[in-house]
Amino acid sequence: MITALRLRSVGVRRGERLLFDGLDLDLGGGDAVALVGPNGSGKTSLLRVVAGFIAPLCGAVTFEDGKGPVEPAEARRADCHMVGHQDGLKAGRTAREELRFWSLWTGSDGRGVAAAAERLGVERILDLEVRQLSAGQRRRVALARLIAAPRSLWLLDEALAPLDAACRALFGEIMTGHLQAGGLILAAAHDPLPTPARRLELGA
Amino acid sequence: MTTAGLLFRRELALAWGGGGGPLMALAFLAAVTAALPLTAGPSPAGLAGVAGGATFVSLALSSLLSLDRLFERDLEDGSLELLALGPLPLEGVAAVKCAAQWTATGAPLALAAPIAAVALGAPILAAPIIAAVSALGGLAFAFVGGAGAAVALASRRGGVLIAVIVLPLLIPPMIFGGAAIWAFTEKLPWTTSFALLAAYSLAALGLAPFAMAAACKNALS
Repeated sequence: MITALRLRSVGVRRGERLLFDGLDLDLGGGDAVALVGPNGSGKTSLLRVVAGFIAPLCGAVTFEDGKGPVEPAEARRADCHMVGHQDGLKAGRTAREELRFWSLWTGSDGRGVAAAAERLGVERILDLEVRQLSAGQRRRVALARLIAAPRSLWLLDEALAPLDAACRALFGEIMTGHLQAGGLILAAAHDPLPTPARRLELGA
Repeated sequence: MTTAGLLFRRELALAWGGGGGPLMALAFLAAVTAALPLTAGPSPAGLAGVAGGATFVSLALSSLLSLDRLFERDLEDGSLELLALGPLPLEGVAAVKCAAQWTATGAPLALAAPIAAVALGAPILAAPIIAAVSALGGLAFAFVGGAGAAVALASRRGGVLIAVIVLPLLIPPMIFGGAAIWAFTEKLPWTTSFALLAAYSLAALGLAPFAMAAACKNALS
């Protein structure tokens, strides 16, 4: 289980533009960091660097568990959840099939899936095809796998944007519970996160 | 269930569920088989001569049809990111996707190909070798085609690019497979061509996953 994420003087370039340079960040168990900054300041890019999709221009991203450093590829494959702009749900399949597949794929044993759907309030729409769901409902299904498959590092990229106020508050409780259990959250957000979090300004 | 099996079942369900993949490929094969006598003339001797080869070529082309969906949809809807964060390395993900692609379209085509060839006048004794060549060649088409589809992810008009990238790479298996079928029907030694086809398919099986994984990583970055 990942207990710490460390970024040391990380710089990221997209195309010709240097988004940021010399970025340091320490995230320990129970920490949440909200990435804030104007559009195009590199919030998504930073999350994708941590997820391993983008190679940073310079600097290092390291993961640690209780015993010491973990191989980054291993940490990402085994202990990292990402909710991005797209939900990763196939339009022609039912929400149940998709939630179940992604939960199993990210390491659930399949038993927590029903409880996770109930927690996010999507159990009644599970038998609908994804194409019939609203953006908010789809996001709820996508978020349900965070509970169904326990992984410690959550990377959230504007994950709460399509949600209504009640669901934001609900997911705030879920995030708080995850942090209390020793989880880590790195979230890009324009609105304040519904859980206590440090702010990291990009593009300032 | 292993994670590879889990992904395989999902990919198979997606290929069948859309209705497009296997049915479209089979319809294409049927259309070529029906159109060939209309355009090449109805003389049975002439048709019988090209039956095996024409079937194999249309099989190769029909396996191109659903390739553009192999990776592009996953990139567009965010699935590729989630697959990359799963327990299987991207090389494994790509190999499983191609294996599912072969099971969904290659295997039904391999079963239909002997029927099409015999309908065009190929000797019925050649049916087993046509099925075997189609199944083996289908593996090469799926894996080489998958590599083309992954490379084309980086471009906007991917569909056309896939055909341009993949078709030259499909020429060798078409030659080897066509030669094996032709030699068999002419009662000549056919095992050399068949072995070359098998070698090509095995090489595609072993190498294409690495190319696909590298191309997917590039598309994700």
